[in-house]
Amino acid sequence: MSVLVVVEHDRGALSPATLEALAAARTVAGEGGVHALTLGAAADGMAGELAGHGASVVHQVHHDLLSDYGPEAWGEAVAQAVRTLAPEAVVACGTDRGTEVMAQAAARLDLPMVANCTEIGAGAEPWTIVRLRWGGSLLEQCTLQASTKLLTVAHHAFEAAEAPGAGTVSSLVVDLDPALGRTIVVDRVERAAGVTLATAPLVVGGGRGVGSAEAFAPLEELAGVLGGVVGCSRAVTNNGWRNHTDQVGQTGTRIAPDLYMACGISGAIQHWVGAMASKKILAINTDPEANMVTKADYAVIGDLHKVIPAITEEIRRRRGA
Amino acid sequence: MNVLVCVKRVPAPGARISITADGQAVDTAYLAFTTSPHEECAVEAAVQLVEQHGGESTVLTLGPAEADEQLRYAASIGVNKAVLLPIDEVDWDPQRTSAAITAAIRDLESANGPFDLVLFGNESADSGNFQVGVRVAHALARPMVNGIKGIEVEGGTIRARRESDAGVEVYLVPTPCVLGVKEGINLPRYPTLKGRLASKKVDVAQVSPVGEPGGQQMVTLLQAAEQVSQTVMLGNGPEAAPAVVDLLEELGLLK
Repeated sequence: MSVLVVVEHDRGALSPATLEALAAARTVAGEGGVHALTLGAAADGMAGELAGHGASVVHQVHHDLLSDYGPEAWGEAVAQAVRTLAPEAVVACGTDRGTEVMAQAAARLDLPMVANCTEIGAGAEPWTIVRLRWGGSLLEQCTLQASTKLLTVAHHAFEAAEAPGAGTVSSLVVDLDPALGRTIVVDRVERAAGVTLATAPLVVGGGRGVGSAEAFAPLEELAGVLGGVVGCSRAVTNNGWRNHTDQVGQTGTRIAPDLYMACGISGAIQHWVGAMASKKILAINTDPEANMVTKADYAVIGDLHKVIPAITEEIRRRRGA
Repeated sequence: MNVLVCVKRVPAPGARISITADGQAVDTAYLAFTTSPHEECAVEAAVQLVEQHGGESTVLTLGPAEADEQLRYAASIGVNKAVLLPIDEVDWDPQRTSAAITAAIRDLESANGPFDLVLFGNESADSGNFQVGVRVAHALARPMVNGIKGIEVEGGTIRARRESDAGVEVYLVPTPCVLGVKEGINLPRYPTLKGRLASKKVDVAQVSPVGEPGGQQMVTLLQAAEQVSQTVMLGNGPEAAPAVVDLLEELGLLK
């Protein structure tokens, strides 16, 4: 069976999630071959890397409307590629762009689309698939019946691995309505350099137990001495204590620090989903039965308002010594 | 400016999500329900846009009869009209849901005139299929961008902002259009007592949903493998500070 992978990139910079999509496609395609689809001339340079991850053919699409990202132009280009190449399945990344483009293609092809797959049972009709729900805290087994199977793969579900493919480059022509230019990115504001919540090696998170916006000062101080950043739970943003940009969770930022210090956070599903990729978790909480405490690697039972300043002081004491 | 906002009623889980014995649904015996978080912000955005530019806001949901609660909550913070597409099942698949919402929008528009903007949440908190808004937009032949965290109206165009790994992307989308909103675009207000009382009197229009089942059908819900952790207790109160700093040292975080 042949499987087409929609390559995600931003003006020529390959998204690492694409390599996971290629790995997923290889498990399904068997001998039939994995084909990669790159949209826009800026993506031409990545053909070699795609071949190195198993692409037997790299279909390159060039069009003025594909010079930058636009969900409708990309979705229409994918739909036309599916009509031309007639693959058995199409796989995209379970990212913002990947799901958006696949949904656009699915709407245009009038086909179902299964988002965030973790297991793909290909073969007899219908396919049986396992996918994420609730941001990954629950799974769904579903069936998929369709002439072409459209899937996005969940992050971390398939491991990227090198697997040499022929990588034959082929040109694919699409016909795009100029009206699709209406949803192409017109401007960008680059983020200032520096550590972000998503990339920080250490996050000090505060929840409802912190009590007020002002009471975050000791958390800021501790994060400051350790070169980390402050995060928070949804309860905190809903109370207006901190901006949503600091929110860790299903509808906030997914973090993956070396250590997450969760202070006064009960650990509801909404928050846990955003924190669970942390390598180690230390919970500081007055309630030893709190979900965050029982799920954490380490815990201190106590009032964060007393524990956190004591930690900061101990760090300063050792550094001074 | 006339704005339609489409929402979904979802359970509000605490520390754990339990599944019913038949595997067909989340066990909600002990759970409250809420509006899916991205959509809560979409409702607030609709109210703000009408406050700023005039016109009228409408909230629509496809769901069980109890979803009346979420429609009235939207009304309590200022949405003008409410429409319920009642279903007997817990949920409909995304193709079927999209078809029903599209048909309902066509009916509403032929009766009351067009919506300049239709808002969805980026994805629902429970099923997370990431596609209903896109399908509806395509069926209505309207532009659609998902993941929006900023909306400014500039005449017949909406300047929409979306976050990416690299920063912020800006889109200039002509109206009528469809946008998928992400939490963080605003901080939803709480209803006032007056708003709550008024919402009880709002007439919720009922429209029978029509749509054929799609190609994706749920078989069963499954628990994700639980992360089992033997929590190491570092101590109680401020006396635990040295043990915490030892841990920071061990993890190489005390540079």
